[in-house]
Amino acid sequence: MDITVNILLTIATAATPLLIAAIGELVVERSGVLNLGVEGMMIMGAVGGFGAGYLTGSPWIGLLAAIALGAVFSLLFAVMTLSLATNQVATGLSLTLLGLGLSGMMGTSFVGQPGARLPNLDIPGLTAIPVIGRLLFGQDPIFYISIALTAAVMWFLFKTRTGLTLRSIGDSHTSAHALGIKVIRYRYLAVIFGGACAGLAGGHLSLVYTPQWVENMTAGRGWIALALVVFASWRPWRVLAGAYIFGAVWIGQLHAQAFGIPVPSQLLSSLPYLATIVVLVLISRNKRLTMMNTPASLGQPFVPDR
Amino acid sequence: MKKLLIALVATAATLSLAATAEAQEKLKACWVYTGPIGDFGYSYQHDRGRLDVEKALGDKVETAYLENVSEGPDADRAFERLAREGCKIIFGTSFGFMDPEVKVAKKFPDVMFEHATGYKTAENLGIYNARFYEGRYILGQIAAKQSKSGVAGYIVSFPIPEVVMGINSFMLGAQSIKPDFKAKIVWINSWFDPGKEADAAKALFDQGADIIVQHTDSTAPLQVAEERGLQGFGQSSDMIKFAPKAQLTSIVDDWGPYYIGRVQAALDGTWKPGNVWLGIKDGAVKMAPYTNMPDDVKAMAEATEKKIVEGWNPFTGPIAKQDGTPWLKEGEVADDPTLLGMNFYVKGVDDKLPQ
Repeated sequence: MDITVNILLTIATAATPLLIAAIGELVVERSGVLNLGVEGMMIMGAVGGFGAGYLTGSPWIGLLAAIALGAVFSLLFAVMTLSLATNQVATGLSLTLLGLGLSGMMGTSFVGQPGARLPNLDIPGLTAIPVIGRLLFGQDPIFYISIALTAAVMWFLFKTRTGLTLRSIGDSHTSAHALGIKVIRYRYLAVIFGGACAGLAGGHLSLVYTPQWVENMTAGRGWIALALVVFASWRPWRVLAGAYIFGAVWIGQLHAQAFGIPVPSQLLSSLPYLATIVVLVLISRNKRLTMMNTPASLGQPFVPDR
Repeated sequence: MKKLLIALVATAATLSLAATAEAQEKLKACWVYTGPIGDFGYSYQHDRGRLDVEKALGDKVETAYLENVSEGPDADRAFERLAREGCKIIFGTSFGFMDPEVKVAKKFPDVMFEHATGYKTAENLGIYNARFYEGRYILGQIAAKQSKSGVAGYIVSFPIPEVVMGINSFMLGAQSIKPDFKAKIVWINSWFDPGKEADAAKALFDQGADIIVQHTDSTAPLQVAEERGLQGFGQSSDMIKFAPKAQLTSIVDDWGPYYIGRVQAALDGTWKPGNVWLGIKDGAVKMAPYTNMPDDVKAMAEATEKKIVEGWNPFTGPIAKQDGTPWLKEGEVADDPTLLGMNFYVKGVDDKLPQ
């Protein structure tokens, strides 16, 4: 029983950063903006979170710094693509490259220093309950944030008027503009929200997952998050499912190897990617619904006529 | 006005001449790394070596480096750029730089080239490597003594000879103490991914291993060991700060003495392409202080280290291959080419080698 609980906890830790970064990007894409800079914003969050936590000794300040740095960094993307109408794909890619380089430079003095770790939740009486205690009441704080965030984004996008407006901007920015909606302002806020989420995901890496700073420590997780959004056809609960399937298969294949199952390790390593894509394609196989969910003006620059 | 101008130009010319003269006296030594110097592992240690050169030779040298150079066509350009920029001696530090370096070395016969962990040489291209497997034998012995469950978890990157050699040496060491010692092996197909390394460590601990060994570059597995109150070994650099209670020792790469010697030879004009494989006795492979273990285990580790310094090779027969067929006879020592091309497990390894 103990090993099952341990495995489930490991899966949650592996899935959390993917989920948070993907949920943020989902809101950005729902507003019609494609930000390929997730990896860059995430690594900025990781270095900012570690740095602030290390210098102040408080991982909570680190957490706030990770969110802030991701948001500030995404502002750069917003100014370029929204105010100056640059190409979103190229700008997003350069944001990733810039983030990887800049974070390496900022983090030079943090290399080889152990950092502060965010403590796990510990509620007297509840955390000690066998089996479910540690799963429900004993995880790291960012895990709870990630679940709350997913629920909040679902509610916001599909149950509120502002969410409806945001989605309509993503479907047709010209129509939205004609109706007098402030397209650029909405998109700014969406991009900054996405940046804050990516920063938080990076903070999870350097404050919970592996409390340390090393260059390139995101190791491609930003790209996985981006792929999750598309394969989940822009639906929050599917992003949640995708992140956890990825985490589960990833952890499962490590256990399979340690157990000595005679399957080539290269195949096992690629399984999480394959399984996640297959499952998400299966749930999104209704073509009409997928079309409906795809933001129609995704990636197109918008210059309002004055 | 005109006079003043002429005077100015003349001064400038003299100054720039002086500057060139000074620059010519300095020897430019350059490095190419495949990872970021901030990885606190392999590339980080090579860069420490470069800094040692600066410290030791001071004004006589000028150094430069390129990091994050991928092992493909990019590498060609990196080496060529350095050669054109006036580097007199260039060190390529990764296996995958072999062919690009051979190619560029041919184009620049006046530049001295050095390549780590490869096997191709040329008139102006020497090779060097370190015998990390010597350290891994000691890790195996310590693991067998320290483990209560008799199972170690071993996180590995890619099935290349260097890694296979390490697993074999570790198992030979462990089984010299406890013949039925087991290692659970997990391949993560990456040199460096802290998250995946941490996940692999958790999976191995969950399945009953109580000592973690890694042939990947981050400190993450040791941090997991520290959190769980178990033990493990560092990699490439001394990682004791990350796991003050968990690290038993660590194999530390120290390239400084080699780099200083080679750059000094280049300065003296005595540089010749070499082919060296340095071990513990040369100081290129160092063991971090033996910590968190009883005195008798520490004494055993130090005795083995001493034996290796005195010339004993962990790959000394009798050793059988995994399937039981004999490999080395009693007293026979594996030769370097066999070790450098190692693609089979020795007896006792409980894993199927990915092909």
